[in-house]
Amino acid sequence: MSTGSGPLDKHDLAALVARDIPAGAYVNLGIGLPTLVADHLPPGSGVVLHTENGMLGMGPAAHGDQVDPDLTNAGKVPVTELPGAAYFHQADSFAMVRGGHLDVCVLGAFQVSAGGDLANWHTGAPDATPAVGGAMDLAIGAKRVFVVMELFAKDGSPKLVPSCTYPLTGVGCVSRVYTDLAVFDLGQDGVVVREVFGTTTDELAARLDVPLTAALVP
Amino acid sequence: MAVTVCASPAAAVAGVQDGSTVLIGGFGMAGMPVALIEALIDQGARELTVVSNNAGNGDTGLAALLAARRVRKVVCSFPRQADSWVFEGLHRAGEVKLDLVPQGTLAERMRAAGAGIGAFFCPTGVGTPLAEGRETREIDGRTHVLEYALRGDVALIGAHKADRVGNLVYRKTARNFGPVMATAATTTVVQVSQVVEVGELDPESVVTPGIYVDRVVVA
Repeated sequence: MSTGSGPLDKHDLAALVARDIPAGAYVNLGIGLPTLVADHLPPGSGVVLHTENGMLGMGPAAHGDQVDPDLTNAGKVPVTELPGAAYFHQADSFAMVRGGHLDVCVLGAFQVSAGGDLANWHTGAPDATPAVGGAMDLAIGAKRVFVVMELFAKDGSPKLVPSCTYPLTGVGCVSRVYTDLAVFDLGQDGVVVREVFGTTTDELAARLDVPLTAALVP
Repeated sequence: MAVTVCASPAAAVAGVQDGSTVLIGGFGMAGMPVALIEALIDQGARELTVVSNNAGNGDTGLAALLAARRVRKVVCSFPRQADSWVFEGLHRAGEVKLDLVPQGTLAERMRAAGAGIGAFFCPTGVGTPLAEGRETREIDGRTHVLEYALRGDVALIGAHKADRVGNLVYRKTARNFGPVMATAATTTVVQVSQVVEVGELDPESVVTPGIYVDRVVVA
């Protein structure tokens, strides 16, 4: 994770998020890049994974004979159960989400604003079929919401922005953003750069339209 | 009323009226009562409002009901998937309306209907397009949006086993919307893999008590 190396690839990024998830935490991982975080949780961490279609204690993806059509994750991918797992219905599952019982939720994003607004469900394009799933419940329900994303979109535009131009998923809900180039804390102190990868805070400040503060090195 | 163990999926879905609101269980294909949906296609009810988490996968189940042009409106949280071409085509053509609801709100609105609650205030969606123009209230310093109960005329759900008085147990994540939908419909119809005799289900493990269940069929 040294600042001298280049931008992080998605597995390094997932490992970085996994490093910051407290032992024993109840965690929901969103579809896509966030799902990779599970592969990097250290053995014995005691982290319990919640999947919003109705399970705590979700195990790794199922392969071969393990595949059971009655056991999938929120992305409809066949998964396995770990000892201590529990099943529950949708209203209970989202009571856990909305009720503040999850310690951490890790979500992907199209955009995050400096104030912690999240846009991750809809591009707003008129011909796009909108789909939200549990994203809005997770965004406002978990005690801490981490976003993991690339800092710049394929067209080069920043995804950490003064205010989101895509339709919002939740307001002021994101507390930390993990990207290939830097990790940011969002809060009362504005956007604080915790770590950089193959770049500098000054270089990022020149490319982003939000004021950045470098974290004090302990 | 006592539960009826039906001889066929056709008997189980008999009497569904045109214009009904039909709650259909399942998350993707897990827990989706495919035999009941196929029977509903044969039964012929039209102008349906379907409430389900997704808007059909592939060409079977809910997707087949949509393709048969029996559905006027879909109330769901996640219609856009790699294999949801039937819904997307109909929606783009303006032939099916979409009412998009956050997944937790969808579940809670049905839970409320089943529990005799008319509406509730919920923080999900505040500040987003899905809450635009809706009644809100500040509660403990947080904005909540008013959500109304969502009731069905019929629920079609899948479960693992039923006993002859309609108690249900489920399997793994196929449980999903079943227990909530069972409470929220006037008539609840359940597709199971097995019907067992009274006394064979451990009362401590029953998830849906038979009071919520009207018809059961093995399929």
